[in-house]
Amino acid sequence: MSRTTVATVHTSPLRESVRRFLHNRAAVTSGVFLLIIIIASVAAPLIAPYSYAEQVLSLGASFSSVQHPLGTDLLGRDLLTRLLYGGRISFAVGLCATFVSVVIGVCWGAIAGWAGGKTDAVMMRIVDILYAFPFTIFVIILMVFLGRSLLLLFAAIGTVEWLTMARIVRGQVRTLRHSEYVEAAVGLGLSRFTIIVRHILPNIAGPIIIYATLTVPSVMLLEAFLSFLGLGVQPPASSWGILIREGAESMEGYPWLLVYPGVLFSATLFSLNFIGDGLRDAIDPRAGKR
Amino acid sequence: MNDRQNHTVFIVKMLFCIMACSMPFCRQSHTRVQQSILEKTLLIANQTEPQELDPHIVTGVPEFHILQALFEGLVIAEPQHLKPVPGIASSWEVTPDGLNWTFHLRTDARWSNGDTVRADDFRFSWQRILSPALGSEYAYMLFCIKGAEAFNKGELTDFSAVGVTVVNGSTLKVELCRPTPYFLSLLSHHSWFPVHPSTILKFGAIDARGTPWTRPENIVTDGAFTLEKWEVNKEITVVKNPLYYDSDRVALEKICFYPIENQQTEERAFRTGEVHITSGCPPTRIDWYRKNHPDLLRIDPYLGTYFYVLNVRKPPFDNPLVRRAFALSVDRRAIVKLIKGGETPAVSFTPPGTEGYTADSLIGFDTTEARRNLEAAGYGPGGKPFPPVELLYNTSETHHLLAQAVQQMWQQYLGAGVTLVNQEWKVYLTSKVNGDFSIARMGWIGDYRDPMNFLDMWLTGGGNNNSGWSDAGYDSLIAVAANSLGNEDRARAFRGAERILMDSLPIIPVYYYTNVYLIDPSVKGWYPNLLNLHNYKYVSLAAAGDNDR
Amino acid sequence: MMRFLARRILIEMPLSLLVIFTITFFIIRCAPGGPFSSEKNVPPQVLRELNRHYGLDKPLPVQYVTYLVSVVKGDLGPSFKYPGRNVSDLIAAAFPVSLELGVYALFIALAIGIPAGLFAASRAGTWFDYLVMAVSMGGICIPAFVLGPLLVLVFALLLGWLPVSGWMTPADRILPSVTLGVVYAAYIARLTRGSTLEVLVQEYIRTARAKGLREGAILFRHALRGALMPVISFLGPAAAGLVTGSFVIETIFAVPGLGRFFVTAAFNRDYTMIMGTVLFYVVIILVFNMLVDVGMAFLDPRLRTRT
Repeated sequence: MSRTTVATVHTSPLRESVRRFLHNRAAVTSGVFLLIIIIASVAAPLIAPYSYAEQVLSLGASFSSVQHPLGTDLLGRDLLTRLLYGGRISFAVGLCATFVSVVIGVCWGAIAGWAGGKTDAVMMRIVDILYAFPFTIFVIILMVFLGRSLLLLFAAIGTVEWLTMARIVRGQVRTLRHSEYVEAAVGLGLSRFTIIVRHILPNIAGPIIIYATLTVPSVMLLEAFLSFLGLGVQPPASSWGILIREGAESMEGYPWLLVYPGVLFSATLFSLNFIGDGLRDAIDPRAGKR
Repeated sequence: MNDRQNHTVFIVKMLFCIMACSMPFCRQSHTRVQQSILEKTLLIANQTEPQELDPHIVTGVPEFHILQALFEGLVIAEPQHLKPVPGIASSWEVTPDGLNWTFHLRTDARWSNGDTVRADDFRFSWQRILSPALGSEYAYMLFCIKGAEAFNKGELTDFSAVGVTVVNGSTLKVELCRPTPYFLSLLSHHSWFPVHPSTILKFGAIDARGTPWTRPENIVTDGAFTLEKWEVNKEITVVKNPLYYDSDRVALEKICFYPIENQQTEERAFRTGEVHITSGCPPTRIDWYRKNHPDLLRIDPYLGTYFYVLNVRKPPFDNPLVRRAFALSVDRRAIVKLIKGGETPAVSFTPPGTEGYTADSLIGFDTTEARRNLEAAGYGPGGKPFPPVELLYNTSETHHLLAQAVQQMWQQYLGAGVTLVNQEWKVYLTSKVNGDFSIARMGWIGDYRDPMNFLDMWLTGGGNNNSGWSDAGYDSLIAVAANSLGNEDRARAFRGAERILMDSLPIIPVYYYTNVYLIDPSVKGWYPNLLNLHNYKYVSLAAAGDNDR
Repeated sequence: MMRFLARRILIEMPLSLLVIFTITFFIIRCAPGGPFSSEKNVPPQVLRELNRHYGLDKPLPVQYVTYLVSVVKGDLGPSFKYPGRNVSDLIAAAFPVSLELGVYALFIALAIGIPAGLFAASRAGTWFDYLVMAVSMGGICIPAFVLGPLLVLVFALLLGWLPVSGWMTPADRILPSVTLGVVYAAYIARLTRGSTLEVLVQEYIRTARAKGLREGAILFRHALRGALMPVISFLGPAAAGLVTGSFVIETIFAVPGLGRFFVTAAFNRDYTMIMGTVLFYVVIILVFNMLVDVGMAFLDPRLRTRT
């Protein structure tokens, strides 16, 4: 998508970015799709045909039918309803936890990458130590001492997911720190904060956004593992991660229990992916030029 | 342009090469199972890697399965009816009061290094398991011996005061502190297995824990097989012991145990002919096997009960009416259909099949009666609001499923809201022991076929009595049973005790366990029995052509 | 470079190890339940004996110092769950398996991921690009516990080409490596594509094109270096995770690797095993991240003159 930039119309960088984004068909379609899914999930109590806990034991797991468009699970609960309600948890966890981990990771990595020397060494060693931290035990302890709540779930997930983001950001910042325009900015006397936020970050927005879109599915699946440990979502409530897990167990006997959640999960993440690309194209001043 | 095309073509060619090269490795003319039948090797998927192979330290079923091949005790439980038949002991006598037993050991019983199996070996072994420093969790199995409990608790330090006497190399006398009609069936449990004294002492004192005496290069066993290979998390192989007194009768040459933890993986391994026998079957596959290959699926009754224990120390379950309401509103038949393992809805606590005693039918499914009880307790419509109650269980697909079903039933039939609390195993154990629950899921598998195994759980202050329930009448009836010799007296006492238990209902029995597993038709001599004990000297492998059914 | 390595190895590593040792030591004892709790409640005198045997009855600071001294001497202690085995022996037996599996998976991930990402970026916007993006997104969205059984279903059960599980014949290696490698290949493809796209619009690439260099040379000789930076940052911890094993893969394919110990030790409250696996993992992470930093300095000369 090339545009002639000879026009004499001056628009702010922000408006430029928004325009670029809106021109990206894939991104916009994905955005619309995502919005629909999110609205449907949030409105689940209003639009869901059944209650997510309503069991029909005599029915058991059944394939799609008129009463149950996506079939039922082993306890006879409507899958469509459970997917809608599950979306609320998954989106809440996915987006919030990712946001938290991105913020922490970017800040940590930027500071370490900029500072260099001993500060960088200490900060990165802390990251290394946290990688090796026995996560399972940590979660168990959190659960026991602080009870169970979704907030705690975010905290637990957040402590793990920011690490690689920090490493990537640190690497990028280290590289860019010595580029000419940064040296120029330093020479101009701009504050470190301004330089990092206004000059460096937009240029490394690419890897950050990509890794953020990669973090979301990982967070959603990690949530399934944590619920398995007893932290977070308790039955009969459910999330996409849990539904996929349950579906994986019944893959051969009742494949729709895996296929429907799996397809929805993948479609959502695909759209997140295209939106991410669109964002990156829009923000990065150099991308999009051919 | 050329570069990219060439590159893509190159990659595709490489992939084909890799696939083509790997095919000869994979396609075998025989499956492993078929090959092993010819080699008389039994392949068993044994669920988990054994903690140890020391019969006095282990506690799990997978460990017991391996120990059954390696060791033999005084008595063997013959697999069809679990009747005690001579093992290392060729004969025995008991005094009329049931307290003094004399065992005569076979003179041709040998350890795998050639030594004779002597009565001293048994005395040494029982001293070992009862030694407090060893920290054996199954030492209590020997508490019927006079002085054993005191010795294990450290109150007695001289083992000669304990009721085990060696008369001579092949005669052993055992003095019990109370008549134990099921004594002979106790003897086939691994806690009573003998160990080779000089091997143990080579690596430390009699009660030294965790020495490497069980490694294949060190271990000495008296059973039908010896330990050949032990690769952690990979494979344990035992081979036929030529010095075993009955080795002529042993048809198998080798047994391989594979610690496959994941049930789905295990089932797939069975399907592709990798193992003869699995340890379980994923519930979602049971129907498929029932429909398509019923000859491969075994559903054997298993001596165990799945139940919910109620904490009677705090409201609302301190009120027996509430307990009865909850117990009566569990639709056991629906639950059993849900988990598909052919389990039996429980009608009482003690499962059927114990020697000389069958529990009466004392609990069922009656929602009207349930509601009546709840209202009588003051809850229900127009009464007090029902307090929040939590159902505790440990993480597992089955418990998950069941808990959700039961939660729904209590909501539907009683209007009682129960929150599900799913905890990781150790946290769950701690909560259960500390009484940090209102309702907790429990399972109890019998170690021997006597109702005492089940009913002595609920004695006042019993080590496994997590409900805090206490009833003097119950305690005295169990004491009567413990001290009676005759089956009738005992049965009467048990019946009375069970009635008290099921009247007060500190527990809600749900179903009696079954053992569901897959087995290749070539395996003969693998009889269904209540304790899942399959002594390998009765097992053989027959090729498909043989017909001996 | 030498000073950099020396400082990493002699100062930072031991310090990091000490810190994580201390944190882990105290934290694992905070989790409820001990190594010896089981379904049939353990009689108190047995529990007392077990605690005494393993030194768990001593005051905490004493236990800490004793354990620290023995770890420094190289003895990680006996496993609580497997009484007859030392933690070091268990790790030493399981690590080669995970290492082998990890190396295969890494190879697959790099061999597929990097070229795919590079070519997708160079053909951005075309069907090839969308295909690569779609497949890689698929690899990320399909978790290992779904992909593994799926591959087994197709290749082992339906087609019968490969074995279902185990780690004995060479053919056993294929499915677990592919399952593990595919997920990482997807990540690497996405990251590579993203950073290549950025690199390709830079001035020095324009110069190279103006000079008339062929696309292939541009991609591999000029673009690759810059594009690989975020990938390498990602690879440090990713490779460390790969060679220490994956619990999910090892459970699905019954592979006797190290990954399962990380999770089961926590569930079993096997204190010594938890510590052993944690320390082992820290060492691997520190080494790999050090290699990554070296690699980044190698790729980007601007980083060399600094620390």
